[in-house]
Amino acid sequence: MGKILEINGPIVKLELPETVIGEQVRVGELNLVGEVIGREGNTALAQLYENTEGLRPGEAADGLGYPLSVELGPGLLNAIFDGVQRPLEAVWAQSGDRIARGVQVHSLPRDKAWHFVPNPSLKSGATLAGGQVLGTVQETESIQHRILTPPNTTGELAELAPEGDYRVDEVIGRVKDRRDGQVHKLQLFHRWPVRTPRPYRRRDHAVKPLLTGQRILDTFYPLLKGGKGAIPGPFGAGKTMLQQQIARWCNAEIVIYVGCGERGNELTDVLEFMPELIDPHTGRPLMERTLLVANTSNMPVVAREASVYVGITIAEYFRDQGYDVVMVADSTSRWAEALREVAGRLGQMPVEEGYPAYLGSRLAAFYERAGRVEALSGEFGSVSLIGAVSPPGGDFSEPVTSHTKEIIQTFWALSKELADARHYPAIDWLESFSGYVPQAARWWAENVDPRWAEFRAKSLELLAESEELQRIVNLVGVEALSSEQRWTLEAAGLIKEGLLQQAATDDIDSYASPEKQFALLEALLRIHDEGMKLVKMGASARRLLQVPLLAQARRWKSQYKSEQLEELKAKIAEIPDVFEKLAEEYEQAPQG
Amino acid sequence: MKNIEFRTASSAQGGLIVMSGVPGVSAGSRVQIKDHAGRLRNGLVIRVSDDAVLVEVFEGTDELDLERTWVRFLDEPFMLPVSRDIMGRIFNGAGHPRDGRPPLVSSDKRNVNGEALNPAARAYPREFIQTGVSAIDGMNSLTRGQKLPIFSGGGLPHNRVAAQIVRQAKLLGEESSEFVVVFAAFGVSSGDARYFQESFEESGVLNRVVMFLNLADEPVIERLLTPRAALTAAEYLAYDLDYHVLVVMTDMTAYAEALREVAVLRGDVPARKGYPGYLYSDLAEIYERAGRIKNRPGSITMIPVLSMPSDDITHPIPDLTGYITEGQIVLGRELANQGVYPPVTVLPSLSRLMKDGIGKNYTREDHPHVASQLFASYAKALEVRGLAAIIGAEELSEGDRRYLEFANAFERKFIGQGEDDDRSVFDTLNLAWDLLSMLPPEVLIRVSEAELEKYHKWQAAAEAV
Ligand SMILES: Nc1ncnc2c1ncn2[C@@H]1O[C@H](COP(=O)(O)OP(=O)(O)OP(=O)(O)O)[C@@H](O)[C@H]1O
Ligand SMILES: [Mg+2]
Repeated sequence: MGKILEINGPIVKLELPETVIGEQVRVGELNLVGEVIGREGNTALAQLYENTEGLRPGEAADGLGYPLSVELGPGLLNAIFDGVQRPLEAVWAQSGDRIARGVQVHSLPRDKAWHFVPNPSLKSGATLAGGQVLGTVQETESIQHRILTPPNTTGELAELAPEGDYRVDEVIGRVKDRRDGQVHKLQLFHRWPVRTPRPYRRRDHAVKPLLTGQRILDTFYPLLKGGKGAIPGPFGAGKTMLQQQIARWCNAEIVIYVGCGERGNELTDVLEFMPELIDPHTGRPLMERTLLVANTSNMPVVAREASVYVGITIAEYFRDQGYDVVMVADSTSRWAEALREVAGRLGQMPVEEGYPAYLGSRLAAFYERAGRVEALSGEFGSVSLIGAVSPPGGDFSEPVTSHTKEIIQTFWALSKELADARHYPAIDWLESFSGYVPQAARWWAENVDPRWAEFRAKSLELLAESEELQRIVNLVGVEALSSEQRWTLEAAGLIKEGLLQQAATDDIDSYASPEKQFALLEALLRIHDEGMKLVKMGASARRLLQVPLLAQARRWKSQYKSEQLEELKAKIAEIPDVFEKLAEEYEQAPQG
Repeated sequence: MKNIEFRTASSAQGGLIVMSGVPGVSAGSRVQIKDHAGRLRNGLVIRVSDDAVLVEVFEGTDELDLERTWVRFLDEPFMLPVSRDIMGRIFNGAGHPRDGRPPLVSSDKRNVNGEALNPAARAYPREFIQTGVSAIDGMNSLTRGQKLPIFSGGGLPHNRVAAQIVRQAKLLGEESSEFVVVFAAFGVSSGDARYFQESFEESGVLNRVVMFLNLADEPVIERLLTPRAALTAAEYLAYDLDYHVLVVMTDMTAYAEALREVAVLRGDVPARKGYPGYLYSDLAEIYERAGRIKNRPGSITMIPVLSMPSDDITHPIPDLTGYITEGQIVLGRELANQGVYPPVTVLPSLSRLMKDGIGKNYTREDHPHVASQLFASYAKALEVRGLAAIIGAEELSEGDRRYLEFANAFERKFIGQGEDDDRSVFDTLNLAWDLLSMLPPEVLIRVSEAELEKYHKWQAAAEAV
């Protein structure tokens, strides 16, 4: 037992010998929780996850003997946790609307029993390896929770419980360590320290795209399952909406939404809509595959720093069960700011904009936990990591954005200009990039259409060209352009409005299957090509611009659901006719 | 301990005093300092150990004489007494009356810092508030429980806009407002404070208003406390007495500057423009107190006003505010100079909660599309106007000329309205269609074909021309 020596904001100095860095501590009469971040002689420096107001020197402090860890087992899905994995629904029931300090609630419910089915291939006496599947629990209708041996537990299986209902902390088996003969209990859950990446057999190449139903993401700047991406953008540009869209529609099996230093209402929003929305891939409510970690902007800063680690550790745990997991973190900038605040209190030397020198390496180490792996269980699973970045003043050259840009592979850059004009998602098609196009192209070629890469490149070219043309127009007016150039400009406009723009708020437009995405892409390019043929024959662009098809094509995205592919394709089939009629008209009365 | 005064300051410098030999002091405790002339200063314990206590003195440490300085530890954070009687009263930032009436007596005292709301306890704001201002209701609408700031600049009519909102705000279908108002002014001139007082008086809401004032020449400490005290009162009204509370706070820039002043004294590491790295968290502690709570009838809707230094929206104060609040109403100099009131620059303005509070079951089914179309058409029209400035309006194509006319009419008739003009949201939407009818239907692709059929008056407009 030790005591408080000094209190300085969230940092306290304790007289607490024999503690180690990273160890959890309980401090003061309120039993506030924190972790040791420095040692000197008999004293320890700790950062507390809760507000220290009212704490006094001399009050008791104690080490708990373990680092910040999460409980991993049934009960994770469908839940909302705070930054140190306290279940917020249970905390609400216990301490009311406001989060009281020092509340102690188990992360996983202890009163609920789960139906456990042991792994039939495991017999007493079998050799058990770390991370092996002990059995399963059907946690929600869509997700089967695979109960894993803790990664660092191995030995001879002495006993495994028969099929039946168990609470998470009941003993469901025993394993005898062959090295020291010690017998360890097995439960439906185990703990894992959040700052230590969970082990796996080997890393594997990511090969499949993470499909999000968002056209500009899937068709233009794809992310892979196991990939790392970032969404930088000024306030109000649409980072949160985009992450929520991904959380809703992506074809991952588990979604972890980390609200790190952002708005309380945004989490409420997720909590309210997720149970109502149906997963297009499983037909079940989306909430069944989702869990939230929330440290809102008004909650203590140190727990904010921890929240992303809590999220990623849970993500790795589902990965180890063989699932494709997506974690979205909104916003990594708030995490970095939490880091900065603690560094400032410790008197560490700031390097850029007050951030400590280790900002870049911490960010890199965090994103490094994404990836596709062969897990210890032999299953393949992945963690895709998508971080929002909130640069001050929208300036992408600031430290967090620039470090992140070097780490990630897919960069969805949001632009204030597009957002101001209500072009959503406000993803800048010239600033953004994806390093995963070759792998994605293979998937699209095999599953949707071999011309995907070609069409994608062609539309990007059109967009780039139109940017040049627009510059001319802004200087001297549209009349200065040739008919061909005007048609190019029109086609680019068609792609922007008919394809890139996608309203998250529109029931039909909100999600587009890969097939619908490709059909639209093909249709718009076809319009461009057919029109260009006429223009090259000498038709005036001015006449072509009056074709009602151009306005109609801009509406297709919100007229045809993904399931109405055939009707959309019928529209595409009519395109040549429209232009043929024009050609006839033109041949009868050539105008030049 | 509350009654003991210590005279053991061992140093006083840069706004901080160090005390030694005071055991048992708690972190974050409030402190009173009496100087040699008997004047009281306020402070806060910011660092404490057994042998030394670091106290931040909000009024600064100038002229403090260590031998003749007495320090009293109040052993509690700043607290605000609350009771039903706060309604109609005027307080300073520390909660003392400034209306000449006796102080509030109540045993119910609340920590002004509040406590973070559990996100699981929040209810999502969805109820549309009609402000009667087209630029807001039509394109950036407000919902009950939202925090929607007004970004303004020196000399712009933000006070008038805020006062108009307070006068006119009501739920759809309500005859008159059911809001009670908590008004907090800090770092503003007495003229500004008087303006609000008079406008509340005129509109007869004064008995439903609680005011917290800290004028520009009053202590900085109180400026840091004023929004907190006001929100403590608002929370009491909303969650203890079940009122719908509208909180108007002005000027957040003065608040942030006060915070910077104190941070510099403390020697905190600056992040941008000298503002401390924790400005974001600090502002969030204020703004996040807006909202709704499940199973509670009351609500807190917040309209903070801030002036953007040099009209720069990327300045840390508007920037961090925008990152926390649920949108912003931006006032612009260009429109104001043209005599447009309220000069709402709609493109950078935004209401994030609008999407969930308008449309079929809330206002009218075409509302979301109309708003989106207005944004798109006006953005396009401004491009055309830019072009016209270069090549001359005569050189514009016929289609482009229509956009130019649209822009002018939109600014004059839709954005512009009288200070007493209280438009229903339906009037606003009809007006929007009148304006959209100046453009041919084929360029209006954000509205549906059915909506065009029903509301667009292209032919009629063409005939009228
Ligand atoms: N894809 C979209 N479809 C429709 N509306 C959108 C879309 N993306 C963004 N918006 C609109 O923009 C608003 C702001 O988006 P969002 O809250 O995601 O911004 P943000 O970048 O997360 O901002 P902040 O950094 O302040 O959190 C939304 O409330 C919504 O009105
Ligand atoms: Mg956001």
